[in-house]
Amino acid sequence: MSPDVFSLLMKALGETVAMVVVSMVAATAIGVPLGVLLVTTAKGGVLACPVLNRAVAAVVNAIRSIPFIILMVAIIPFTRLVAGTSIGTTAAMVPLTLASIPFIGRQVETSLREVPYGIIEAALAMGATPMQIIWRVYLPEALPSIVAQLTTVVIALVGESAMAGAIGGGGLGDLAIRYGYQRFRPEIMLATVIVLIALVQLVQFAGNALAKKLNKKEM
Amino acid sequence: MITLSHIEKTYEGPDGGVAALKDVSLTVAKGEIFGIIGLSGAGKSTLVRCINLLERPTKGSVVVDGLDMTSLSAAELREARKSIGMIFQHFNLLSSATVYDNVAFPLRLSGMDEDKIRAKVEPLLSLVSLDDKANQYPAQLSGGQKQRVGIARALASEPKVLLCDEATSALDPQTTKAILELIRDINQKLGLTVVIITHEMQVIKDICDKVAVIENGVITESGRVIDVFTDPQRPMTKEFISVLMGSGLPPDLQNAPISAEPIPGGRLLVRLTFVGSSAGEPVISTLIRKYDVEADILYGNIDSIKDTPYGRMLIGLSGTADAVENALSFLREKDLRIEVIGYVA
Ligand SMILES: Nc1ncnc2c1ncn2[C@@H]1O[C@H](COP(=O)(O)OP(=O)(O)OP(=O)(O)O)[C@@H](O)[C@H]1O
Ligand SMILES: [Mg+2]
Repeated sequence: MSPDVFSLLMKALGETVAMVVVSMVAATAIGVPLGVLLVTTAKGGVLACPVLNRAVAAVVNAIRSIPFIILMVAIIPFTRLVAGTSIGTTAAMVPLTLASIPFIGRQVETSLREVPYGIIEAALAMGATPMQIIWRVYLPEALPSIVAQLTTVVIALVGESAMAGAIGGGGLGDLAIRYGYQRFRPEIMLATVIVLIALVQLVQFAGNALAKKLNKKEM
Repeated sequence: MITLSHIEKTYEGPDGGVAALKDVSLTVAKGEIFGIIGLSGAGKSTLVRCINLLERPTKGSVVVDGLDMTSLSAAELREARKSIGMIFQHFNLLSSATVYDNVAFPLRLSGMDEDKIRAKVEPLLSLVSLDDKANQYPAQLSGGQKQRVGIARALASEPKVLLCDEATSALDPQTTKAILELIRDINQKLGLTVVIITHEMQVIKDICDKVAVIENGVITESGRVIDVFTDPQRPMTKEFISVLMGSGLPPDLQNAPISAEPIPGGRLLVRLTFVGSSAGEPVISTLIRKYDVEADILYGNIDSIKDTPYGRMLIGLSGTADAVENALSFLREKDLRIEVIGYVA
């Protein structure tokens, strides 16, 4: 591999990682509370409010049903407003974050629902407030499962970031399309694919290890 | 300590409501161990959950330690719940927290500082004999140990009442015994009022002072355990007791036809139950001496309920119709319970 290819790859990898990390952090910050909201406001939840629950669920479903590539184009005005531009790595973070929020919300919802209701009930019987139940029961009990679910989201983000790259976002996807495809340099295409595979494997491995370490249910 | 008056609970379902409790009233005195027994689906869990309002009764009032629970605000109710401990069939421990942290949980909810928490949790762990497991997770414990953690957790906030919903149903008989002993110990040491839900008569017999039998959401029988045990009224109560003690008929009589009318040359089967001090009286010898009857002792055993001894005996009386009649009247006057079963050949 020639030095210029290597440096191209490293630059693209850096951009991909930046897109994934920033979008993931931002989407987690909003998506986890969203998941908590979906569970606790449902009928019989500790903050039961079925009207709010249905409204939030409808919005979540609406965003999730838009294919990423369309979402990305559809929200260009919004992206420009937030990032100041509609092309490049920074701009790509906006649709990546937006698409991940409802995804994380649903994943976290699934994790929280796995917490046995008996434990919630025991906390209620001890006089816990809804907030204490969220912070001291739901989140710690579901943490290993949430970590496993978030790993899936990170991997999905790697894929979506490549798509974002294809329309001018930079990163590994951009590299593969511009050099590997348009300039017909198969060795770059191959190298990109290998880096992507390695990246996904690494994320999955780290996610599994962390989830396992946190899980005290099977010891 | 606990007074439930005219509790009704109806669960709304897609095809109408399910009436889980119908006009249930009961009183549990301070320091008492009160058992509630019934078949699956009878409404036991619903009843016990109405005490700490995990389930809000559709109608009726719940008074615990002078507080009318149904009239409290959400914050007041949370405060009131801190003086009502609860343990569960499936323990409901936090799987992500150590034994120590599980017991500390209710104290942390109240914002107690860590030094004080330690000063409370450590003696509790000793009380339930789990000092050496403080840093283990629930997954590393046996069922009996998990329930001990549940008990320590329930006691951490120094409750006045302990509610136990099938607390021993997931445990083997030996562990059940140990857990029940622990509950009885705590009841005596701390003067705690205990409500125990169970479907096993053995549990009632081992530690309860009073019992209520619940059938289809209605309390059909209640009173002191010794009274209900020795003189059950309802078929279901008899059934519960016979599961525990057998029918009390010797094998050769179990399938014999029993007739309500005298059979020439036959015997009248009578079951006698002696309670407390009367267990020692020489009733049978007097009976044989004074009345011209023969009394064969077909079965007998002595047992105790909590600390009261009681005995059950099955006798076969034979003699002239008059003699048997007189003998029965004599027995009826004595301080014991008699149940006339019928005549056998
Ligand atoms: N949340 C609920 N919604 C609807 N019906 C319910 C609910 N909880 C209980 N029931 C119904 O109320 C009745 C009493 O249930 P409960 O759980 O109190 O019985 P139980 O005596 O505790 O039984 P088990 O020994 O099986 O625990 C049952 O018919 C049950 O189906
Ligand atoms: Mg039950």
